[in-house]
Amino acid sequence: MLEAAFRGGKRYWGLLGVWMVLITMGLWAWSQQYVHGLTVTGMTQDVTWGIYIAQFTFLVGVAASAVMVVLPYYLHNHKAFGRMVILGEGLAVSAVIMCMLFIFVDMGQPTRVMNVLLHPTLNSMMFWDMLALGGYLVLNLIIGAVTFDAERKEAPPPTWIKPIIIISIPWAVSIHTVTAFLYSGLEARTFWMTAILAPRFLASAFASGPSLLILLALIMRKFTKFDPGDMAIRKLALIVAYAMTINVFFVGVELFTALYSDMPHHLHAFEYLYFGLHGHTALVPWMWTGAALTLVSVTLLLIPSIRNNLRFLGPICVAVIAAIWIEKGVGMIVTGFIPNPLGRITDYTPTMVEVGVTLGVYGIGFLLLTLIYKIVVNVRERMLTA
Amino acid sequence: MEKKSRREFLRETGALALGLGCGAPLVATSCTSSIRGDAGAERKWAMVIDVEKAKDPAVRKACREACERVNNVPSIPDPNEEIRWIWDEKYHDVFEDQIHDYTPAELLDTPVLVLCNHCTNPPCVRVCPTQATWKRETDGIIMMDMHRCIGCRYCMAACPYAARSFNWRDPRPFVPTDADGNFPSEFPTRTRGVVEKCNFCSHRLRDGLIPACVEAANELPGGEGALVFGDLMDPDSEVSRILREQRTISRRVSLGTGPKVFYIV
Repeated sequence: MLEAAFRGGKRYWGLLGVWMVLITMGLWAWSQQYVHGLTVTGMTQDVTWGIYIAQFTFLVGVAASAVMVVLPYYLHNHKAFGRMVILGEGLAVSAVIMCMLFIFVDMGQPTRVMNVLLHPTLNSMMFWDMLALGGYLVLNLIIGAVTFDAERKEAPPPTWIKPIIIISIPWAVSIHTVTAFLYSGLEARTFWMTAILAPRFLASAFASGPSLLILLALIMRKFTKFDPGDMAIRKLALIVAYAMTINVFFVGVELFTALYSDMPHHLHAFEYLYFGLHGHTALVPWMWTGAALTLVSVTLLLIPSIRNNLRFLGPICVAVIAAIWIEKGVGMIVTGFIPNPLGRITDYTPTMVEVGVTLGVYGIGFLLLTLIYKIVVNVRERMLTA
Repeated sequence: MEKKSRREFLRETGALALGLGCGAPLVATSCTSSIRGDAGAERKWAMVIDVEKAKDPAVRKACREACERVNNVPSIPDPNEEIRWIWDEKYHDVFEDQIHDYTPAELLDTPVLVLCNHCTNPPCVRVCPTQATWKRETDGIIMMDMHRCIGCRYCMAACPYAARSFNWRDPRPFVPTDADGNFPSEFPTRTRGVVEKCNFCSHRLRDGLIPACVEAANELPGGEGALVFGDLMDPDSEVSRILREQRTISRRVSLGTGPKVFYIV
């Protein structure tokens, strides 16, 4: 089964080549960081987390969103997702690995990262996050491998896998909840310290993750004989529509509290994001782009005839992913540090090294995803022709 | 029986509730005793800074220089990478929640010495995933283990006082050495990739000395009493007496961190 990863056409090898270029570039950039320290990044004493932790946050959401196909399929016996589930699990595996790598490249002393397990600290959310992510990776690897192996042999999956699948459902919710708790439990950072952060994270995750899954499904059925089915894609689109609308509502709730209470501490962050604070406007164009993408995509998703038209769905999903990526991967983390506890505003811009490392990690993730999907497609194509 | 404050009660019940999901005894011990526990404390070190007396730039400079000398603190010119143990900030930034529209401009611009507050309930300790920073049971100092720190900077996100600095680069070339290339003190220099901060000169306390900044301020003519250091467990100590007799404030008290650096304004 695995040998399928080593056989493929020009397009397949070309795709692997693209990821390898990104990975090589990333490795070079990371070597610079390893030799010189995090001084080569754009992070500062005031903005101590940047693009790495932001990508981590975004990707935990992508990983968690596998539950949006697992839950309907296994709990509600929603047959349409039959061929989609394995794609969700494959996406979860590669997203979790990217999350772990983004944490790793952010460490000042990467060789000591095992200290988190050597000195388990139950009061640290980072410890729980590491456990949650590690566990989620293992769960998805087991579930994906076992169910797919059964499918390949055209046999029902072993019964012992069912409880593991059930556990993986709340576990998926937990990874993004604990990730939100990393931030929302900090009294020093008003912008993050809001109870709605975890629900917001989940809503945006369940919009962006399934959007990515739809895109991947559309790509696969264009270029391979494997088709997850119109029905599955349309169901996912409905999930995206719900999740994106709920996310907009949550953001609105947050904005109301800040704007109506008019408390400077709550206002500053939003002012910084959308209008700029004392001339610091680094994120303003991003945020308005994100707002426009959100507005357009939610409107289009809410119109059934447009949402169900697979020709429009691709671009809408791109807009959703971009909007959520801006929300979490650009705005969410940096703004927690602005202004700093002493009222100082320091803008943050990632350096070329940081961008290189980031692309490298994405390269590794997409390489893994390509390999997993290739194996899946190969087996399915063979089953179709058999 | 020990009287429990409402905060402690809430915290313990909260920890218990959390523990239902993830191992109650473990969470209860780690959340309550290792962070909050003052039970085994023999001392509780604290500092009082007299803002008026520390107005003299010479006093603050002496404090800073003594600290840098004694702790091998690097002098990194780039403010984005500067390592700060004790430094100046303007009154309106330090006590941002204690000023109003009619606070005199002169006071707003007054420079105030700031440093780690050695909180009673330290957020940095709560979040650290490796216990590389911890509250020393015997005297309440928030310590750092530079060999255990993984450089995740979670503590910096958690500190409401911006009292922690990360070594973005190797700090050693920025520690001024003497003609023979020796560092100013025996205190270990740090490597890059770890977080550091004021430790109330714990290495000097061990030898029966007071923190270098306090000593330097008091040795300077006119600087006497600008910084006072002592034990809150001892009712006769000077810090205990000042806190009892004078009006003092500390930073962002509403957060519940319980700073142990106090200010006379």
